[in-house]
Amino acid sequence: MRRLLRWWRGLYESPVLLTAFAVVLGLVVGMFVIIFTTTPVLDAWRSVLNSWGGPGHALKTTLDHVGAAYRAMFNGAIIDPSTLWHSLNTGQGWTQTLTPLSETLTYATPLTIASIGVGITFQTGLFNIGANGQAIIGGIIGVAIGSSLHLPTIILMPLTLLAGIAGGIITGAIPGLLKAFTGAHEVIVTLMFNYVANLSLIFALLSTPLQQPGQGNDISRTLRPGALLSPLFGTTSGLRVNWGLFIAAAIVVLAWWFLERSSLGFEFRVSGANPHAARVSGINPRKVTIYAFLISGGLAGLAGITQVAGTTHYIDGGFLVGSAGIGFTAITVSLLGRNRPIGIMWGALLFAALGVGGRAMQATTGIPLDLATIIQYAIVLFIATPVLVEEIFRMRARSAGGLQLASQGWNT
Amino acid sequence: MRVELRGITKRFGTFTANDQISLTVEPGQIHCLLGENGAGKSTLMNVLFGLLRPDEGQILIDGEPVTFANSGEAVRRGIGMVHQHFMLVPVFSVAENVVLGFEPTKSFNRLDRLRARESIHEASQRFGLEVDPDAIVEELPVGIQQRVEILKALNHDAQLLILDEPTAVLTPQEIDALIGIMRSLKDAGKSILFISHKLREVREVSDVITVIRQGRVVGTAEPTDSETQLASLMVGRDVSLTVTKEAHEAGASRLEIRDLVVRDDRGVAVVDGVSLDVRAGEIVALAGVQGNGQTELVEALAGVRPVESGTITLDGRDITNATPREILDAGLGHVPEDRQRDGLVLSMSVADNLVLNTPRATPYARRGSRRRSEVRRNAEERIRDFDIRTESPEAPVSSLSGGNQQKVILARELSRPLKVLVAAQPTRGLDVGSIEYVHRQIVETRNAGQGVVIISSELDEVLALGDRVAVMHHGKIMGVVAPSTSRETIGLLMAGVVLEEVAGA
Repeated sequence: MRRLLRWWRGLYESPVLLTAFAVVLGLVVGMFVIIFTTTPVLDAWRSVLNSWGGPGHALKTTLDHVGAAYRAMFNGAIIDPSTLWHSLNTGQGWTQTLTPLSETLTYATPLTIASIGVGITFQTGLFNIGANGQAIIGGIIGVAIGSSLHLPTIILMPLTLLAGIAGGIITGAIPGLLKAFTGAHEVIVTLMFNYVANLSLIFALLSTPLQQPGQGNDISRTLRPGALLSPLFGTTSGLRVNWGLFIAAAIVVLAWWFLERSSLGFEFRVSGANPHAARVSGINPRKVTIYAFLISGGLAGLAGITQVAGTTHYIDGGFLVGSAGIGFTAITVSLLGRNRPIGIMWGALLFAALGVGGRAMQATTGIPLDLATIIQYAIVLFIATPVLVEEIFRMRARSAGGLQLASQGWNT
Repeated sequence: MRVELRGITKRFGTFTANDQISLTVEPGQIHCLLGENGAGKSTLMNVLFGLLRPDEGQILIDGEPVTFANSGEAVRRGIGMVHQHFMLVPVFSVAENVVLGFEPTKSFNRLDRLRARESIHEASQRFGLEVDPDAIVEELPVGIQQRVEILKALNHDAQLLILDEPTAVLTPQEIDALIGIMRSLKDAGKSILFISHKLREVREVSDVITVIRQGRVVGTAEPTDSETQLASLMVGRDVSLTVTKEAHEAGASRLEIRDLVVRDDRGVAVVDGVSLDVRAGEIVALAGVQGNGQTELVEALAGVRPVESGTITLDGRDITNATPREILDAGLGHVPEDRQRDGLVLSMSVADNLVLNTPRATPYARRGSRRRSEVRRNAEERIRDFDIRTESPEAPVSSLSGGNQQKVILARELSRPLKVLVAAQPTRGLDVGSIEYVHRQIVETRNAGQGVVIISSELDEVLALGDRVAVMHHGKIMGVVAPSTSRETIGLLMAGVVLEEVAGA
């Protein structure tokens, strides 16, 4: 067991290998979930037990079902080989062939942006649990601008995005300022601001001019055509992947430069790695806290408005609520990517693929979407667990050692 | 009681902390374990005291092999340990602390205070351990608290007493008193294992000296051997223990501290009206037992602790309550007391740590963007100039030894344009070789015309480096004296006696 742990710990040195391994293990977990929840598979195994027959049939049934589920997931999230073959041969049906990939990229776009925002606070040693609220407010303000102003695209488009960023910045600034000047814990404040944002959304949709005229429901006006992030292959292509993809890619590059190459990013990382040394070295902790929340909030706001301008074009009462809450998923994705922009990008793609593929699997095989969620979080657990388990082992060793720690002085 | 360690080996993973260590403590003997920090002394003592189990080897008491599953079993076999950090209940009385865990009781489990007091009285008489049994521990000075620890061990009928770096927290007078106690314990037939890296006291008190280095016994020495011989044995090469310090003329005043009051985290004024001048080209050494306000004074100088009243002026510029950034830019170099907590980011590279407090300065950054080639070039230069032993400039600073980590901090500070260097405990935890180097750098800084403030709890260091010695006690400066002043006088100042009285005595 210990040797296994050490080996695993060694894997941890190579994040790519570790993640690949965790994905495989996540799929194995998913396999067992399928076995225990799919009636034909269970029946096949029960008959093995009852009649003492060979397990051949049961094994085959299992592999059939698991294989079908995962094939559906892959085909739905990335590409279906059979339609690809068809398209290659006939030149037809490219929309259908490319839809899975387009959907995955569409989902990954705002998720990447929001996750990088969360990752920047993590790198600074701060927790932004309120990215979802910041994204919601970003969406509201962005829609307010983008649905009402009559301006040419070249002005309205950036203005709408900036409005979304501003919404996120304002929402992120409050916990940042409170933390910097009063010491209020940012986890509590950001968490609570999610509720403020949710209720602000309902208020904006029901009681302000933002509501779709002539509507009693909680639906906003639609963005003006000039405010939309149009689909990459044209509105008639049927593929939803849009120009937001390039915004996300730019954010990945910018965030990488910021953290790895800029002076402020260096100060962020120093503060995150050792706040005491940061202070002694002349880094102003207030400045770093406030800036980190401004940047993180701004990115969350951008994620919110990118989602609206690229995909939904309007917001309703279900905007970023529940499983659509990319601001919450962003926390997980950021951890999955070890808070680094490039890692986060891959994490967001993986999460998007599993979500999109899960929906396709549900449609073709009837296995519920929840399986995809189980796999998502099993992967996260497998990545996080080695540290956890090791910690438990170490604690046990410590209590066995008794006074050992206390008795170690300067000359250890 | 005769205690023998035979071939003790203790490994932590791939690291061998103790390698085949054998030594024997005879009854009534003071046996000193001498070695540098990290040589494996504490590990060995933890093995003997039952806190760690050896991977190989045997412990024999009076010729009979024993194994201890925990420290309780070691205590029952007559082994007592006085830890470097005392394990006393501060709000309990001396008597209560001494009997804790082995309380004499009357009917209905009531604590028998009379008997507790008697047993202390008896021990005090026998070994010359003067303590008031009714005093509350937290109100006692450190030296007396240590006596309580020793009494506690004796109360458990210890025949072998392990003293782990017992002098680190004591004033010179308290050290003399402790040595007296050790001698009377020895006369009463008790054995003592005395752990230390301070050569002076080791020579004074030991019967036998065992020197360990890198987990191995490298030899035994006689107390009559010279300090230089002992040091060479301990370090493994020839060392010079004296700091060669050329005479140097002090110039104009660089740092002026006036009536400074600083509070600690609990709101106690731990720096209480300190005034001190530091001139260009002189080293002012601040002596004092740990915890008398030196740490907070340095923090206030560096801008990380608010000044309640008084002023700090650096080269004519008021830096009282300025931000750390302003103070660093004004030319104050700062070597923090806890280097891993305040001086370095362990997970970051040597190169990044070398520009930790100047990340935005030319040429390391331009228009908000770091220039990594310059950072790296700077690192290569510093690594060469300061002889920092590292695999590469990109290696994390956590992979360096303590001495090399300190060199990183020194290299960083001394490469900036400084007016005054403030170094707190600059050699704490370093090996003799690194200490030599750090001292040399500090003297050269002073020779280059900068003002230097050294805070150290090692009296030897204070006397060797200081051009003037300021002694702190309870947040006040008891006196500023020449380094030629006798250790005794400085010891009295450290204990809070005012200079006039010392001079009068």
